[in-house]
Amino acid sequence: MVGESVLEWIIRLSGISAIIFVLAIFVFVFREAAPVLSNKEFSLVEFFTSIAWYPTSEENVRYGTLALIAGTFSVTALAMALAVPFGLGAAIYVSEFCGPKTRETLKIVIELLAAVPSVVWGFIGLTVMSRLLVNYGNAPVGVNMLNGGIILALMAVPIIVSIGEDALKAVPDSFREAGIALGASRWQLVYRVLLPAARNGLLAAVLLGIGRAVGETMAVLMATGHAVQIPHGILDPIRTLTANVAAELGEAPAGSAHYRVLFMTGVLLFTITFVVNLTADFVIRGVKRK
Amino acid sequence: MIVSRAHFVGKVALVWLLCLCLLPGCRKPVDGPAKGSGSPATIQNKGSDTMVNVAQAWAEAYRSVHPEVNVEVSGGGSGVGIAALLKGSVDIANASRNIKPQEAAQAHANTGKEPVEFIVGFDALAVFVHKDNPLEEISITQLAGIYGERGTITRWSDIGVKIPNTRHEKIIRISRQSSSGTYEFFREKVLNKKDFKLGSLDMNGSKEVVELVSSTPTSIGYSGMGYASPGVKMLKIQKEPGKPAVPPTSQTTLSKEYPIARSLQVYTLGQPVGAVKEYIDWMMGPDGQRVLEESGYVPVLSK
Amino acid sequence: MLANEYAPDDMRFTQTPFGRRRELTERIAKSIFFLMAVAMIIPLVAIVGYLVLRAWPSLSLEFVLDVPRKGMTQGGIWPAFVGTVYLVVISLAVSAPIGVMAAVYLNEYAKDNWLNRTINLAVINLAGVPSIVHALFGLGAFVYAARFGYSILSASLTLAIMTLPVIIASTREALASVPMSFREACWNVGATRWQTIRAIVLPNSISGILTGVILQVSRAAGETAPIMFTGAVFFKAIERGNLFAYSLNEQCMALSMHLYTLTTQVPNVEDSIPYATAVVLLGSVLVVNATAIAFRVWLRARKKW
Repeated sequence: MVGESVLEWIIRLSGISAIIFVLAIFVFVFREAAPVLSNKEFSLVEFFTSIAWYPTSEENVRYGTLALIAGTFSVTALAMALAVPFGLGAAIYVSEFCGPKTRETLKIVIELLAAVPSVVWGFIGLTVMSRLLVNYGNAPVGVNMLNGGIILALMAVPIIVSIGEDALKAVPDSFREAGIALGASRWQLVYRVLLPAARNGLLAAVLLGIGRAVGETMAVLMATGHAVQIPHGILDPIRTLTANVAAELGEAPAGSAHYRVLFMTGVLLFTITFVVNLTADFVIRGVKRK
Repeated sequence: MIVSRAHFVGKVALVWLLCLCLLPGCRKPVDGPAKGSGSPATIQNKGSDTMVNVAQAWAEAYRSVHPEVNVEVSGGGSGVGIAALLKGSVDIANASRNIKPQEAAQAHANTGKEPVEFIVGFDALAVFVHKDNPLEEISITQLAGIYGERGTITRWSDIGVKIPNTRHEKIIRISRQSSSGTYEFFREKVLNKKDFKLGSLDMNGSKEVVELVSSTPTSIGYSGMGYASPGVKMLKIQKEPGKPAVPPTSQTTLSKEYPIARSLQVYTLGQPVGAVKEYIDWMMGPDGQRVLEESGYVPVLSK
Repeated sequence: MLANEYAPDDMRFTQTPFGRRRELTERIAKSIFFLMAVAMIIPLVAIVGYLVLRAWPSLSLEFVLDVPRKGMTQGGIWPAFVGTVYLVVISLAVSAPIGVMAAVYLNEYAKDNWLNRTINLAVINLAGVPSIVHALFGLGAFVYAARFGYSILSASLTLAIMTLPVIIASTREALASVPMSFREACWNVGATRWQTIRAIVLPNSISGILTGVILQVSRAAGETAPIMFTGAVFFKAIERGNLFAYSLNEQCMALSMHLYTLTTQVPNVEDSIPYATAVVLLGSVLVVNATAIAFRVWLRARKKW
């Protein structure tokens, strides 16, 4: 039957399409970035270790991303410090402590929270959160690392909760039954049995949350103040790698050194998220093997 | 029967794939701006964020004059408009700074045409502070000391200013992103082409600068004078010690008394023809200039 | 869980301090985790409430249908709304078939060899790529290399690649929920793999597949960075209420981009308009998602296995 085998070939092709697209993205971005490595003005060491980012300077062009890397790292760390406790706590509640009706409602609310577009989060950070921080948080300026961190935490929590809850549910019931048989209370069960058993899945949840935070563009572009500096406190404005590319991509003439350095930043971002996702996958795979 | 259903679905899938391949062909014929009055045209207009609002107002007003012409307006900064012009992918580039000689050379190398400049208005680059800030005037040297890379002024007390109702001392510098013509103009005129100090909050649009200044008592920022709002105050600028400090107004802009006044221009690749030429002529005519003036800029015609 | 919890007070047979302490810890733990869960609902409700409050003066059907006026400081958001609809429909029309077929391959055809483990990895990584890297790719591949230029086509294709991995993942889940016994029954009567899929697996999982696709509407409608560099503009004049205003090779306005430009670039906007734009965007997305979730809940209740 010709129709069927053609169809099966189309299906096989679609399956491989995912690899093709990931490779294509990496190849394209790397291809646009690579020529800058042979450019005399550009030094990879300076790229990673200098805080001076002056791509359009008339006198002294410098491409240092250290402040940007510090910005991405610090706002992600702050966001995780806020999101992980709340996310894991909520995951534990949804999975172990609440009744089925409450569970359905909470899961729906979390899915809706995940659906909020990033530009709406950025808008909230820029208008609502910044005013709150200046009036009540004693911040000199409303758009800063704390603002970005809170927004990113709210964006990352749904991922941590849903994957964390999956991880807790995946722990076999026999573990729970054994615990009850020994007379454990629910809290003891969670603390001594389930968390260690689901450790890998929970770690994967946190890693995927980190991936989400690192890759976020619009919300941090609007909420962090977009300042190139290494932060000394959480009320300092910062700039992230993603926001930097988004702000400058339009003006860099195609093929120029600035354009290629921005693509190089894209390679860096792709690598970071690739490593994080790979680690999360290995960690989850460890769970399945048990 | 199962067999014929498989056939049918297989055929449907093939047809779907073919359609996807034809997708690029499913377009309206690309109308060029080469024709003149009366024929449908699309004009692509990109560039300066300072000018994006007046460009949008022009597009909106022009539609009632020539409804068959479709103007697509984008911002991004003067750098974006000029970069697109160099690639030949835009019809009119808006810029709040002048095109650099190496950019013009690049355009010629890429497309074989030279950029042509049309001055469509004037603007004063105003320095804004929060309305509660007691400062009234500032000199170019002090501005360079605040914003420049080697500048040493970091606190309001360094220039003898005490901001009421706040303990914070550091000057929060609000600037623009490097794609902005405003940024480049400030760097050229105030910093003498030297680089900015790191750590300024680089905003995307002219309006964002003013909004942030109006909500941050210890800040200072620069933007087009047309973006002033009730929460901010514009400073008088002293060009050199001994000379009087000049406020940004229409008169001082045209008379060049105000030290950081600039022209607003549009660029095309080669001399414009057809619908593009008509549009630019309209922009520089009485109707277009009235729209410009209503947007807060200084018209060319009143010279 | 504790036997004592269910027994009435006078029948509790041991009430030691140890037992009481344990019950107390249990109750404290439960409350803390409950508060953590609730701590997520509060921001969502507060945000939506505040946005609606500030947007109230502008919210109306007229706001959605009308075009922006007076330099976008007044009027409505029709060009942006229609643009978003175009982008969402075209990008899902491209990614849904490819995603479903890829999931069918991964779930029904693939053996557990290195190629398929790599595909799995690729899907996971594609899902985690930052949106700005998608924008870089869209710019390099569709706008420049494929010469589609700045257009709705480029922007939609970029969005399609972005939504593809999640559609693959959710379709796989839907396919996997069809019990193996169904397939085995088909094979036992001599059907081929494709016949089984066509006649039994797909019809029984189509609801889950549709839900997965619909949930991606929120992603496609909400992203700004990928369309900012491939086909969305600050302003484009179209007639109010016209649903067929754009063609594939033109650029368009989009709700997400419009919110961004209204907030950062347009001065003197009537105060409620940016909030109303955010409410329309957020509201459409939440309504679509809530419908998909309700559909899924209803279907799960109906399932007979």
